[in-house]
Amino acid sequence: MLDVKAGDDASFDFLLVKYRSPLVNFLYRMVRDRAMAEDLAQDVFLRVYLARKAYVPSAKFTTWLFRIAANVALNSVRDNRHQKMQVLLGAPVADEQDPAPRDLPAREMRIDEHLLERDRVEFIQRAIASLPEKQRAAVLLHKYEEMDYAEIAKVLDCTEAALKSLLFRAYESLREQLAPLVNPPAPQRARERRPS
Amino acid sequence: MKCEKLSKEWIAYMDGKLGAADRGEVEEHLASCAACRARAEEFRGVWRVMDELSEIEPSFGFDARVRQRVAAEPRRNRFAWFVAQSRLALAVVLLIALTVWVAKRPNSNSTPPTRPGATAASEQDFNAIKNLGVLENYDVVTKMDALSELVPTPKQHPSLQTESND
Repeated sequence: MLDVKAGDDASFDFLLVKYRSPLVNFLYRMVRDRAMAEDLAQDVFLRVYLARKAYVPSAKFTTWLFRIAANVALNSVRDNRHQKMQVLLGAPVADEQDPAPRDLPAREMRIDEHLLERDRVEFIQRAIASLPEKQRAAVLLHKYEEMDYAEIAKVLDCTEAALKSLLFRAYESLREQLAPLVNPPAPQRARERRPS
Repeated sequence: MKCEKLSKEWIAYMDGKLGAADRGEVEEHLASCAACRARAEEFRGVWRVMDELSEIEPSFGFDARVRQRVAAEPRRNRFAWFVAQSRLALAVVLLIALTVWVAKRPNSNSTPPTRPGATAASEQDFNAIKNLGVLENYDVVTKMDALSELVPTPKQHPSLQTESND
C-alpha cells in the first residue's frame, strides 16, 4: 500500500487481484446480492485508491481495507432497510375486516422444506443474514476472514470485550437457527446414513 | 466457574485462544456441567455447518470495471493550488479594473470636461476681443444721435394715412 501511496499503479493492481475475492465474498454475505456486492467492492477499491495519500501504516492493511468495506456494507444494509420500510409504509393498507390469509408456513415447515431440498447453503445464508448487521459483520470477519479479535474490534470500532460479547450473541443465535442442520431429526439422520 | 461466567469465555475457548489457567478452569466446568458440554458441541457443529458455504468468484470484468472507475477519477495536479491561485489573482485584477473603469466613467449630469488646450485658446480669444479699440468706446458709439440722422425714416403707407385722417 505504501507503494500505491508513492504513485505505483502496478501495486494497486496487485492489491486488487489479491483482495478482490475475500472482499466480494464478505460483501456478498453481508448484502446477499451478488451484483450489489460487486458494486460495493468496486466502491471500496475506489476509496482505497482515493485515500492512498492519507494512508498511514498504523494497522495491518487488511484491517484498514475491511474497515472501509464494513462501513460501506453497513451503510448499504441500512439504506436498503430504510428503502424497504418506506415501500412498506407507502403500501395500501389492507382491509382489516377481511385480512389477507397469512401464507407464511410455520418455521418447522420451512426448515423441513429446506432439508428436503437439501438446500443447506441457502438455509445457512439466511441464518447469517438474519443476524443484526454488526453481529453479521463480526461473525463473517471472525469465521471466514479469520481475523483476530483486535483486528475485528478495530474494523467495527469497538473494544475487544464488546466484540467477544457481540460474537457470543451472534453464535448463540446461529446455534438456535442452525440446530436442524447441526442436530438433524432422527429420520433424516437415518436417510443421510443410508448408502445411495 | 459458573455457566454465566463461561459465556464470556466461550468464543476464546472455542478458538483455542484462552490462557492455560483460564482454559483449565473452563474444562473443569465442562467436565461437571452436561448442559455446557452439549452447548460446546453445538457450537462446534455450527462452525462445521458454516464451513459448507462455498466462496463466489468476482465476475470476469470486475478488475476492468475497478480500473475504469479509478481512471475516471480526476487526477490531482501537483500545481492545482497554483492554478487556483492564478484564477483568484485574475479575478482580483478584473475586479480592480472594473472599479477603476466605473470610477473614471463620464457622468452624464456633470458638465463636459474642457481640454487644457481649449481653455488656453478661449482665454487668448477673450483677451484679443477685450483689447479691440472699437469696443473700448462701445457705449459712446451706441448713443451717438448724429448717427440716427443718417438713417432714412420709413414712409408711411397711404392706407394708413387715410385711416389716421379719419
